[in-house]
Order: sequence, then structure tokens, then C-alpha cells
Amino acid sequence: MLEQQLVNALSLGCVYALFALGFTLIFGVLGVINLSHGAVFMVGAYAALQVVTRFGWSLWASLLAALVVSAAVGLAIDYFVLRPLRKRNAPHLIPMIATIGLAIVFNNAAQGLFGAENLRFPSELVPDAQLHFLGVQISVLEVAIVVLSFALMATLFVVMRKTQLGRALRAIAESPKAAALLGINVEGLFYLTSATAAALGGVSGVLIALYSNAVFPLMGQPMLHKGIAVIILGGMGDIRGALIGGLFLGFAEVMSVAYIGSTMRDAVAFGLLFIVLLLRPQGMFGKVLERKA
Amino acid sequence: MEWFESFWQVYNNLILTIGVNALLALSIWLTLSCGLLAMANAAFMGIGAYTASILTMSAGAPFPLALAGGIAAPTLVALAIGGPTLRLSGVYLAMATLGFGEVVRVLILNAESITGGALGLNGIPQETQWWHVLLAVIVVLLILWRLRRSRIGRAFEAINEDAVAASLMGIAVNAHKMLAFALGAAIAGLAGALNAHLTFFIGPSEFGFDRGVDILTMTILGGTSGLTGPVLGALIITLLPELLRSFRDFRTMLNGAILVLIVLFLPKGLWDPKRLRSWFGRGAH
Amino acid sequence: MLRLANVSKRFGGLSVLQDVSFDVPAGKVFGLIGPNGAGKTTVFNLITGLLAPTSGAIELQGQTLIGVAPHQITRRGIARTFQNIRIFKDMTLLDNVVVGMHSHLNYGVPAWLFSLPAFRAQEAHAREKARELLGWVGLAAKASDTADNLSYGDQRKLELARALATEPRLLLLDEPVAGMNTGEKVELMGEITNIARRGYTIFMIEHDMRFVMGLCERIAVLNFGKIIAEGTPDEIKNNVDVIEAYLGRDDEAAA
Repeated sequence: MLEQQLVNALSLGCVYALFALGFTLIFGVLGVINLSHGAVFMVGAYAALQVVTRFGWSLWASLLAALVVSAAVGLAIDYFVLRPLRKRNAPHLIPMIATIGLAIVFNNAAQGLFGAENLRFPSELVPDAQLHFLGVQISVLEVAIVVLSFALMATLFVVMRKTQLGRALRAIAESPKAAALLGINVEGLFYLTSATAAALGGVSGVLIALYSNAVFPLMGQPMLHKGIAVIILGGMGDIRGALIGGLFLGFAEVMSVAYIGSTMRDAVAFGLLFIVLLLRPQGMFGKVLERKA
Repeated sequence: MEWFESFWQVYNNLILTIGVNALLALSIWLTLSCGLLAMANAAFMGIGAYTASILTMSAGAPFPLALAGGIAAPTLVALAIGGPTLRLSGVYLAMATLGFGEVVRVLILNAESITGGALGLNGIPQETQWWHVLLAVIVVLLILWRLRRSRIGRAFEAINEDAVAASLMGIAVNAHKMLAFALGAAIAGLAGALNAHLTFFIGPSEFGFDRGVDILTMTILGGTSGLTGPVLGALIITLLPELLRSFRDFRTMLNGAILVLIVLFLPKGLWDPKRLRSWFGRGAH
Repeated sequence: MLRLANVSKRFGGLSVLQDVSFDVPAGKVFGLIGPNGAGKTTVFNLITGLLAPTSGAIELQGQTLIGVAPHQITRRGIARTFQNIRIFKDMTLLDNVVVGMHSHLNYGVPAWLFSLPAFRAQEAHAREKARELLGWVGLAAKASDTADNLSYGDQRKLELARALATEPRLLLLDEPVAGMNTGEKVELMGEITNIARRGYTIFMIEHDMRFVMGLCERIAVLNFGKIIAEGTPDEIKNNVDVIEAYLGRDDEAAA
């Protein structure tokens, strides 16, 4: 029934939103479409899995590990690849192409290191208790995912709206040159944004890995496609858009699996994407893309 | 002559593949020259391949007709989806085309009765002769060369640099982008049709993201300043796994690494007339 | 030639232009001045179709420009330079100007595909005309150079030549001498005077008072999105509202 579908969609949508958030942060602040975000997502999942299986850490600790490792990778990507391109004032397609290359390198490295098969989190660690609530069933895991996602998104929202840091980031999103003239440490905030966005991506990687019980090298790719669909749906560079777009996509996917069949599931994101592009290309909350220097 | 015949026996497939890849690289070059990143060209190749193969296999069509179908089908699709997506900016197109390949793949998988689904199409008649490929490459090179010299080529360059300024020069930007997009699709479709009748088997996984990256790498590696670059890139990327057998397993990873390194260190690719001129000191600069 | 009638432009809640009306007479040099942020470039963006007015009418020789695509507006005879210079840096100076002739070249596909005489003749003519225009602004010697190494003043001149290549009736110049030294300003002043004498209508936005007063036959003053005065240079110089708007900015005229 509908209520159950909605509940199923909620946790899925939250993870999509979390992933898209990182993606949209990088686009909003750095002005780059970072297609290695999917790889960072995958890195988070593998990092968490590794600390759990090798060092016997708890699930919460593994989340932390994923956060830290992904943030580090995101920072490295920014410092070694995106920063030189920034300095060169490269046209916007160039960093995107570079991130495509990075994604491939990471995906294949993961395959080389860990093999191509689906790995799983040890089942003892994953809570499988189900809650029954107003006639719908929701697992403890799903609840944890929703709570965690909302917590992270709320934190981000508060930071962006209510703090000096958030104001500085929004200024950079408008115009990096102007922000620099105002004395804002633009470069430093670029690093911070890249690291934070990557951390969000990594965490969402762990959550999806737990939710779908699978960790594999190419797990970032379909996620990337969905992330793209989400931020086009919600409007590029807009945080509310990432949230609502993510939830909407989760809902649309769950509904399509329930009523059409699971083979078309991955195409749902794109179907939506094309429809949005046809009717309202800037998405629900987006602004026109002209960004001043 | 004998050594040539045995050489050809062994290598004709490879050489023809270089030709097909050159066409694909040129198709992406064309869209890049207008400031568009069309990762969809791999999908267009697939549409062309399937259309042409279905025409020869199920409808018994003569090869030229199948090729025409292989060119027309992706062009029509490009015209259909280009309208809404080209309206705003190249960034949306790049994003949308990244996913377009997925949509095509899913559609191919699901239209089993026509496309053979996941098993693909087997037993496509091997109609492609060396001269088909050679002719195709020469014709496409000619068209693109002349295009570059015309006002359309200049308009592409202008749009690539600054689309707003270009529109204020009286250039109909969206119409030109559509031209680049559709023509690129046509070339990719031709390559797909030729390739299908060379390898006699096609499957849905051949025209996805990996292929798109392959083609992109060829163009970026070879150089985007002119027509020589894509052809050079196609040559290198096709030959590399042959020359370095051990690298075959790492082919995809190598492509990725090449993309990053070239973008960082040799932004205009290998064949960059300006840089070559400064290295070889020709003329005052 | 160009008429703006009760044009207003709002961005969300922010009102950038309010009830702006003025006429740009044909064959003359018209100036729009005003303090920074008054909305002058927005006026140009509205005229060239990059933005749509929230209300009001914009007409070129009686025909409305609202809803017309930018490249069509150019084809109707309006050309424009930019405040922050948008030349094509990877092309030669000559090519930059030839691009401007895009809409006047009308050979078809067979012509360029097979290099037919019509194609070659039109291209040759275009290059000749481009060289001539570069000559008007004194850049003929650099025609084959790439446009990425030009001095600021030369870049502005190139933009001017390129705008002229579109064969406009009305030339919109957005701060044509911003960032130039005195010598370059005087040179450009001369070149613009020559161009005006050839019959082009010129509409410019500028800050440099001496430049504007020296060149323009009619001036409108924009302050906080409203026109506060319009008239001859002398009328504007002595207008109380204008002086008040520029209070403390007299040093601009002295600069």
C-alpha cells in the first residue's frame, strides 16, 4: 500500500539526497561538476567495510572512518587536480573531463584491490529489527538512515543559512572574485567544501551499502547518474533542491518498481530528468546558470 | 605483395577498427568544437549499429541502405532530444548525455524481440570492406575540413569561446549547437553501422559509459585544435592494447589516467599546432 | 531610432529600473551616464535581448524588440560592446572581426563544401572588409595576430571593429574607454567621432565626464534606476538634480 511505499522511499530518498547534496555543494561553490563524486561514495563504503572486517570496529566507528577517508580523498582530488585547473581558468568542461578520468582510475583501482564481486557487511553488525508503526513496517536500519541523513542535512542547512561560514560560501557561489575582494579565504573554503562534500558522499556510500547489502567497485556509477538527475530535478547548486529532489527520486523509483517492474528502475531517473529538462530546465529551485567570474 | 597479404590477413581488423574509432573521435571533436560535451555519441553509435544490423538481418536490406538507416536513426534522435537540452547551456547537455547512454542501454535490454536483449545480435553479415571504412573516413574528414573553413566553423569557434558574445554577433547559437550535435550523432551512427558489420556481433554493453570514455579519451589525447588530433588519438588508443599486451587488462584504467594527465599537463592534447610550432621554432612568435 | 518607453525591470523583489523613457535620435551620439549601480548595463542587456523588461516598450525604428532573440536583434541592426570585454581570445584579430559578418554571409552548403566561387568571393570580401574595419581603429597591422596578447586599449578597439562588422545602424558602447590611459582615450574619441560622422547612431554608457561631454550630442542621466535628466551636454552640466546625484564626484570630471 501507499503508506508502506512512502516509508520505503523515505530512506532511499534520504540517501539519494545526501549524495546529491555533496554533488551540488561542489557545483554551487566550486562551479565544477565533479563526476568523481561517485568514486568517493564508493571509497567511503569500502573504507567502512575494511575497518569493520579488518579491525573489528563498530558500525558507528566505520561511519566515522568513511567520513574521514572520503574527506581526505575529496581534498586530495581538489588539491591535485581541481586546483591547478582553477589556477588556469580552464573552461568548465575541462575539470569535468578530468573528474571522469579520476572516477575511472578509482573504480578500477578498487577492482584491482578488492576484486569485482559484491562484498557484504558482516550480518551480525547490521541491525535487522523491524519496527511496526501505524500499520507500516520500517527497519531499524532505515530509521537510522533517515535520522542520520536528516541530522547531516539539517546541520548543513544551519551552517549555510545562519553562520558566517555559510555566508562566505554563498558569496563565493555568487562570485569568487568578489568574495576574494571582500577578504574571504576563497581557496581555503574551496578545500573545505571539497572535503565536506566528499565526506557526505562517503557517508551516503556506507548507508547505501548497508541498505542494499552490497559493496562493489562500480557502485558509484549508477549513484552518479541518480545524483545528476536529482540536482537537475531540484535545481543545480541549491540545497533544498537536493533534498527534495532526492526524496522525489526515491519515491519515483520505489513506485516504479512496485507498479512497473524493476528492470526499468535505473531509467526512471533519466525519464524524470528529460521531462524536467523539457518543462523546466532550471529545476524546481534553480537559478539560471550564468555565473559571474 | 605476399607479405602484404599476410600482414593484411592478420591486421585488417585492427586497421579497420582504427578507422571506425577515428570516425567516433571526430564525432566527439565536432561537438567539442562547439563547446558541447556529448557523451551521448557512444549511445548514438549504438543506435546506428542496431538500426543498420536490424535492417540487414531482419529486413534483408542492401548494405548501403542499412548504412543510411544507421546514419538517419541517431540523427533523428539527436534532433528530438537536442531541442530541450541544448536550450540552456552546455553543462546541462553534458549531464543529460551522460545519462542518455544509460537510457538507451535499458531500452535496448528491454526491447528483446527486436534487439536480442542482453544477448545482443549475433551473426551480422560481415559486409564492411576496407574501402567502406576508408571512404567514410575520407568523406567525413573532407566535410569537417570544409566546415571549419566556412562561416559555420567560425561560428562554432565563437560559440565555444563565448556563446553570449557569439549570439550578439548575429549567430543563431542554438541552431548551430543542434547542427553540431546532430551531425556528430550522424557520424557516430555511421561508425556504429560500419563496426557492427565488421565484428558481426553487438551487445548493449558495448555502447555505454566505457565506450563513451574511450572515444573521449581518444579525442582529448590526440588534441582538440584540429582534425589531426582525433585521428591521431584514435590511432594511439586503438594500438596501445595491441602493442602492450599486458596493458590490455588495464585499458580502462589507463584511459582514465590519460584523461586526467592530459587535461592537467597537455590541455590541448598531443597534436597542438601552437606548441609544436614553438618546439620546432617555425616562424616568429 | 531607438525608443524606450516606461521600461521597468525587477529581479525578484529588487527594482533595477523604474519607468525609464528616452529616445536615441538617429545619426547622433547619445550618452547614458549615472553613478555606479544605477542600472546602465541593464538597459543595454534589455535592448539586446539578453534580458526581458518587466514592463514597458523598447522599439527600434518603430518595431518592438521585446521577445526577439539576441541574434535576431543584431540582425536588425544593433551591435554592442561589453563593459568587461568579450573578444574571442583564441582567434586572430581578423577572424574576430569576420565573425561579426556572420549574418551577412549567405552561401549555402554546396558552396562551402565544394569551395564554389560564391563561397570564395564572399569570404574574400569579408576578409577585405574586416581589414578595412581594423584600419578604422588602427589595428590593421595586427590583423593576423592572435587576440590573446592585446593591450587593454587594443582589446576595446577590436571589440569596436567587430561590432561594426555586423553592419549595425545603432552601436551600443558599454564604457568604451574604461581602464584606458589619457592618450588612448583621446585616440578612441577621435575614432568614435569618425565613426559617428559616417552616419552610425551611437549610444554609449560612460563614466568619464569629459569624454561624454566632448562626444555626445544628447545625454540622459540614470540614478537608482530612474532617469533624472535628459538634454544637451550644457543642460546636463547645469542640472541641479544631476549635480546632486554626483555630489562629491566632481573629482571624476577633473580626473
